[in-house]
Amino acid sequence: MTRNFPIAKNLYSFFTETGALSRFAGRFFKELFSRPFEFREFLRQCYQMGNKSLLLVGVTGFILGLVFTLQSRPTLEEFGASSWIPNMISISIVREIGPVIIALICAGRIGSSIGAELGSMKVTEQIDAMEVSGTNPFKFLVVTRILAATLMLPLLILFGDFIALIGSALVENIKGQVSFTLYFNQVFDALGFRDLLPATGKSFFFGFAIGLVGCFKGYNSSKGTAGVGRASNSAVVYTSMLLFIIDFIAVFLTELIYGT
Amino acid sequence: MKDENTYTSINKRKAVIRIKNLQKQFGDTVVLNNFNLEMYEDENLVLMGKSGSGKSVMIKCLVGLMEPDSGKIEVLNKDITKLERTEMDELRAEIGFLFQGSALYDSMTVRENLEFPLRHHTKRMNIKNTNKLVLEALESVGLAKTIDLMPEELSGGMQRRIALARALILKPKIILYDEPTTGLDPITAKEIIQLMTNIQKKYKTSSLIITHDVDCARVISDRMILLLEGTNYAEGTFKELSTSEDPKIQAFFK
Repeated sequence: MTRNFPIAKNLYSFFTETGALSRFAGRFFKELFSRPFEFREFLRQCYQMGNKSLLLVGVTGFILGLVFTLQSRPTLEEFGASSWIPNMISISIVREIGPVIIALICAGRIGSSIGAELGSMKVTEQIDAMEVSGTNPFKFLVVTRILAATLMLPLLILFGDFIALIGSALVENIKGQVSFTLYFNQVFDALGFRDLLPATGKSFFFGFAIGLVGCFKGYNSSKGTAGVGRASNSAVVYTSMLLFIIDFIAVFLTELIYGT
Repeated sequence: MKDENTYTSINKRKAVIRIKNLQKQFGDTVVLNNFNLEMYEDENLVLMGKSGSGKSVMIKCLVGLMEPDSGKIEVLNKDITKLERTEMDELRAEIGFLFQGSALYDSMTVRENLEFPLRHHTKRMNIKNTNKLVLEALESVGLAKTIDLMPEELSGGMQRRIALARALILKPKIILYDEPTTGLDPITAKEIIQLMTNIQKKYKTSSLIITHDVDCARVISDRMILLLEGTNYAEGTFKELSTSEDPKIQAFFK
């Protein structure tokens, strides 16, 4: 029936995919608390995702802070409000721009790499080999990767935010003769728990989404090299969309809890 | 080449694999249709069939990678369709599997590839014992020097040997070979066949070999089953089948 109605077909495949993703997430939580715990592989994944993303996140964060301050400065100067730059930049970066931009960068770096790695393992029967050798591949490959992404993303985002503020402070130091001490004093005055807590909370969900979709796409990729490419590509596309949905929900909940 | 007396004596041995009326289909395509098989202790059984005849599906059902639609599969007297996950994992320790494309874990070194099944099956094993087993398995395939190399640094033939060492490391009672010589040059293929023969003698394993390589079947088989359209069309020794006048059987040996 769906053949004659493209919209119905798309809706059908969307709900089928969402259902399969939900079952995959359910299996993750079921396997998460069952023995054996693949601790060594989990640490290896933390290193792969965390340590190896530091440079990318650092450079992105630095440029983000630099450009954001350079672009905002002329407008604020017009209103004589340039002394508010540290407050404005720090709140924007910590609450919203930092987490979203760094999560998007990580969706590209981590999500695609998980999708491609698991996809190629499936195509070359490495996942079957694991199963045959008596190891639960879901626990070894999927649980460790989702957990590592969930825990590493908040750390990467905090690191990226800090580097972005250094970039911003550098511009202020050069253009506005504001010392680093004064800049960071203002930053810490402006920031409160209501900025840090929701931002850190949502970054756990960002990490979970990146790990989950990357693993789902890779683990269920179809046969052949084209399937690996599709798994990697769709992992990034779906994760990016999911990040904005999570961000919207997080902002909505923050507003509900803390008010305006 | 094994003679017919071997075949007669084999039938008196204990069956290690017993498949009855195995049925598997994908959509409307019937892949396995009432397939039956019995493999005995210390036997080299070759399963021959053209591409798409259901050989790989059968072997995947045998190790629980695929679920059959109906039928009974007994491995070492255990009905695998009724086993829990942990029981199945324990049984898998008794089965070595050589994949068609070797299926080495490409993010791990040769040592880590071989240690992988050990880590999950021998919880109390110490590093010294692990090293000993890894070296022993590598020496049995003549590649002890590759221990710290990555799979990508090895040739196709070497990768196949390492995969064989990994299949052997738990000293399984049964080894399943999925197209062991496919994709290899004739000389390397002969080396692999020789290695399989040596391993069978040394470890006293029962081997189920899926192949369409006639040379491989001639050298290694005690008995052969020809798979045609999802069912076992003919059974016998290499000599019996290769001299058959049935044109459908002859097509396998041309």
